[in-house]
Amino acid sequence: MIKNMLFTLSRGSTWTLGIPYLWLLLFFAVPFIIVLKISFSTAAIAIPPYESIYQYADESFQLILNLGNYILLMEDSMYYEAYLSSLKMALFSTIGCLLIGFPMAYAIARAPKSAQGVLLLLVMLPSWTSFLIRVYAWMGILSNNGLLNNFLLWLGIIGEPMQMLNTNFAVYVGIIYTYLPFMILPLYSTLVKLDMSLLEAASDLGSRSINTFWRITMPLAKGGIIAGSMLVFIPVVGEFVIPELLGGPDTLMIGKVLWQEFFNNRDWPVASSLAMIMLALLIIPITLFHRYQSREMEKGL
Amino acid sequence: MKKLKFSSLMLWVGMAFLYIPMIILVFYSFNASKLVTVWGGFSAKWYGELFKDQQLLDAVGTSLTLAFFSACTAVILGTMAAFVMTRFRHSVAKLTLSNMITAPLVMPEVITGLSLMLLFVAMSDALGWPKERGMVTVWIAHSTFCAAYVAVVVSARLRELDRSIEEAALDLGARPLKTFMLITVPMITPSLVAGWFLSFSLSLDDLVIASFVSGPGATTLPMVVFSSVRLGVSPKINALATIIILTVSLIALLSWYLTRRKEKRAKLAMQN
Repeated sequence: MIKNMLFTLSRGSTWTLGIPYLWLLLFFAVPFIIVLKISFSTAAIAIPPYESIYQYADESFQLILNLGNYILLMEDSMYYEAYLSSLKMALFSTIGCLLIGFPMAYAIARAPKSAQGVLLLLVMLPSWTSFLIRVYAWMGILSNNGLLNNFLLWLGIIGEPMQMLNTNFAVYVGIIYTYLPFMILPLYSTLVKLDMSLLEAASDLGSRSINTFWRITMPLAKGGIIAGSMLVFIPVVGEFVIPELLGGPDTLMIGKVLWQEFFNNRDWPVASSLAMIMLALLIIPITLFHRYQSREMEKGL
Repeated sequence: MKKLKFSSLMLWVGMAFLYIPMIILVFYSFNASKLVTVWGGFSAKWYGELFKDQQLLDAVGTSLTLAFFSACTAVILGTMAAFVMTRFRHSVAKLTLSNMITAPLVMPEVITGLSLMLLFVAMSDALGWPKERGMVTVWIAHSTFCAAYVAVVVSARLRELDRSIEEAALDLGARPLKTFMLITVPMITPSLVAGWFLSFSLSLDDLVIASFVSGPGATTLPMVVFSSVRLGVSPKINALATIIILTVSLIALLSWYLTRRKEKRAKLAMQN
């Protein structure tokens, strides 16, 4: 056992494990401890704009934890509503992506092998161009004198321009549009492995197609559904750019609130406690995603 | 067969949904009118305006430099992590690493940005470094989150590899590093290139994290675009969008064509 461990951690291996380990520890894990620390400090007009939570003077070490930021978040209903509406919007957009993405992924996985590559490329291509530009594209389409309104007016469906930009509807369109490829990719990779003979067996045994879909296709695609949903749900909860550009004054999302606390109010402690609570809300979905991802990564072992 | 038809229909509707907004952007970038929604004849003048905007050109330079260095660092870090994930035995250290490497994939950007920014402030307070935020801090931030994507791409390839070749080299007495460089790297090169390009485009595109960790000296392209777009639609941004969309499409199509040609050749070689 000990010999094994020494073998696996030879000098080269120590470096291979050590370098990314230390890098991530310093630039990914430690920052969260600092956010936690600052979420307990008091805002101050200084550089940096918060007071230290501990001090050492006259041979006494004092640790002052200011719970005020968290109490503020609980007392002011604005924050509470922002969390709730972020979770709600993330949930509905995940369902939207799933409803559009599943049939698309299914069609790609069932396409001839030679066509699959092109189709996947076509799905992924938009996500390699700029995210910001793709959100921006919808500003021109949804605005009051924009293309969609003009089109609907021309068709005679509406008599006067509809307010679409700066509404929650625009935010949903923007989110589904930009996150759709991230849903399709993991769905495709599970659906393509699906053994068609199982579906044939079910239909040979008299199962109706809808029944086969629910009882065979869906359970086998579970991994892809979870991964795709988490890839959409988690980042959307903290989304800032889309509600900022497409949303209106009544669009309340926690990413936007955090941004304003940090950049406009320069209240770093409140921004930190907002981040800590967001993280606490997301810990279950993140764990779910991580379990799927590490299983995928370690399959070869 | 009915369901199959429905899914094919959805595929084309979905593709239209993905591409129509981008086609509209490209189309309107050649609009002579300043009003973005009114067609005023064909003109390429917005492209001219674009290349006169010095602030924008500077930002392009900053972003390309950052993307280049971040992608290189991310490929090194991500490949090392992927190697640990696919080749090392289970240990506490490996478990912690695998926990840390996938988390940036889904972490909301505002949290990553805020936490890194606070780290840099705390570090400059305690260690005197970094003195001010700028290119270096954005480079660190981008390398960190891009490494996660590289790790996913490269580990997928490492998993598929036939390990007997590596083992043969080791058995014949090659040092692990030499085996990695001479045997493993050539076999995973496509995924390293893919990871590099993915990181490059992620870094080029990031607005939120860069806004948190950047300083006065380092304004990236998305930051400039965002402050302009906030004020509304502008034909100049349409022109910029067109250039970005066309460049990315060209690179993607070219790389797809090259890999396909290579695969075809390999198939032919196998048949002969």
